[in-house]
Amino acid sequence: MLKDKYKDRIAAIFAKYPPERKRSAVMPLLDIAQEEYGYCTEEAMREVAELCGIDPTEVKSVVGFYTMYYEKKVGKYVIDVCDDLPCVLRGADKFVNYCEQKLGIKAGETTPDGKITLNVVMCLAACDRAPMCQVNTAYHYDLTPDKFDKLVIELKKG
Amino acid sequence: MEKHILLRDLDVPNIRDLAVYSQHEGYAAWKKAVTGMKPDEVITVVKDSGLRGRGGAGFPAGVKWSFIPKDVFPKYVTVNCDESEPGTFKDHHLIRHNPHQVIEGTALCAYAIGANVAYIYCRGEFREPAYELQKAIDDAYAAGLLGKNLFGSNYSLDIYVHLGAGAYICGEESALLESLEGKIGQPRLKPPFPAVSGLYSKPTVINNVETLANVPPIVLNGSAWYKQWGTEKSPGVKLFSVCGHVKNPGNYELPLGKYSIQELLEMAGGSMTGRPIKAVLPAGSSSPIIPASNFHAKLDYEAMAAIGSVLGSCSWIFMDDSVDMVWAARKMIRFFKHESCGKCTPCREGTHWALSVYDKLLSGKGTIEDVNLIGEVNKQIIGKCFCPLGEFATSSMTFTLKHFKQDYVDFIDQKKGGSDVYLKELARDHHLHELHSGVVSVNGIKVH
Repeated sequence: MLKDKYKDRIAAIFAKYPPERKRSAVMPLLDIAQEEYGYCTEEAMREVAELCGIDPTEVKSVVGFYTMYYEKKVGKYVIDVCDDLPCVLRGADKFVNYCEQKLGIKAGETTPDGKITLNVVMCLAACDRAPMCQVNTAYHYDLTPDKFDKLVIELKKG
Repeated sequence: MEKHILLRDLDVPNIRDLAVYSQHEGYAAWKKAVTGMKPDEVITVVKDSGLRGRGGAGFPAGVKWSFIPKDVFPKYVTVNCDESEPGTFKDHHLIRHNPHQVIEGTALCAYAIGANVAYIYCRGEFREPAYELQKAIDDAYAAGLLGKNLFGSNYSLDIYVHLGAGAYICGEESALLESLEGKIGQPRLKPPFPAVSGLYSKPTVINNVETLANVPPIVLNGSAWYKQWGTEKSPGVKLFSVCGHVKNPGNYELPLGKYSIQELLEMAGGSMTGRPIKAVLPAGSSSPIIPASNFHAKLDYEAMAAIGSVLGSCSWIFMDDSVDMVWAARKMIRFFKHESCGKCTPCREGTHWALSVYDKLLSGKGTIEDVNLIGEVNKQIIGKCFCPLGEFATSSMTFTLKHFKQDYVDFIDQKKGGSDVYLKELARDHHLHELHSGVVSVNGIKVH
């Protein structure tokens, strides 16, 4: 249960908002749930709903609305490559082609070993250093096929 | 400019550290305000400085603060760090490299309006910068700059970081408030404006990161000092995020109204590809595109309006003459279709149908009637939505059609659609759409 395992973190989150506004904690709590379970499981959403004192449906609507919550299992590492206009002007489309070829999967899919999910996403606010991507929380800039090869080697190790 | 006012990390190494920031007048304005200024005096100096909101709308910051009623409690400050407009990466820079100036500006705003709590709403992807920002806030607490009874006064202030989870619409202020309340980020009908009924239905100021980063030097040095830069109506300095086909993309801090678009392009090293620059989007995907023939215009709010565009958030996406505007417009409409929150039918459905038309053009099946249809779809969106996202979506279509109609005509006449590159792009987008919308294929028939 999240509320036992992450008691202190959860208390710190609730302390940020007025006591009668527990619902404000729904997103930070979903972050914890996703960290714990890898994606927003039905059980996790029920737990978060209970903690915030709202209906599980309301939690589910939040999960469905925001792109960073996963409703299905994803790879241990999620590589989000930005392929929005500014990045493509600097070669992001060809870079995505390379990522797909290197990983042997299409954007949106996960490698058979469950390690890596490749995604293309909307603007990540790092247009000056494209092609770029985000791997879980970390940004990687000025990417080249060579840099990507090295990144994949590191991820496969972990 | 001799010294930066915002990008101070370029002049002072490690200014992100509290010790270094403090050695360089850091928190001097904060101490000056809490120990020697009335809240109204802070509002007055910001109002007199003419500082306008740097998030895009350009509303005078001090005027916004003065709308907060004095007799309603509690009040809140929320800082908009949901930077998501394609081409914009200035707030990212500020919170990462000069976080204390953002924190100090937030604190000054809170003091000025009488708020004891402020939330800095960072887009979810800014997880690591947000952790760094939190560390800076922790350091400020430890140094007695935040918390209870500041500088021995009765004034107390808490600042919290709140992370979103991926939604462009949360950069719209009322959607941001909804999100901060733990709901889906759909804009509210205005009025009431946030100054009257904002976060938790209480009076709230929402300012962009860059706007607030301007506040400490203004409070410390006065409004006349700030007005030595910029024009009468657009005073001060502004960050310009420059990207696309330029040699040196990055953030540039410039006085408003001093330089032209052409000079900005030259500062960024000119064309990266050696090909002539064809056009620029001055405020990301949502702004009216500017053809190179208008690059003489000066960089301020009024001059940009005079050439039929906007200064907005200042995200300058330069494109060379290899860029087909039909393709570019599709890329932008794809963004807005993805980011439409779904609340207003004209925006939700309009962006969907507009993208369908562009997909048809790219697939090589489009006709000139389809090009005309784009204008019709736009008419059904403009002026019919709660928030500006719908209008933003139409701008990529309206203004590429206005300035580059020939690209559309050539696209049809020369049968540019249906190329391998375009088909691959369409296939990728459709594959992702199907994965995300849960479409599965049963015996070759797609079902939801």
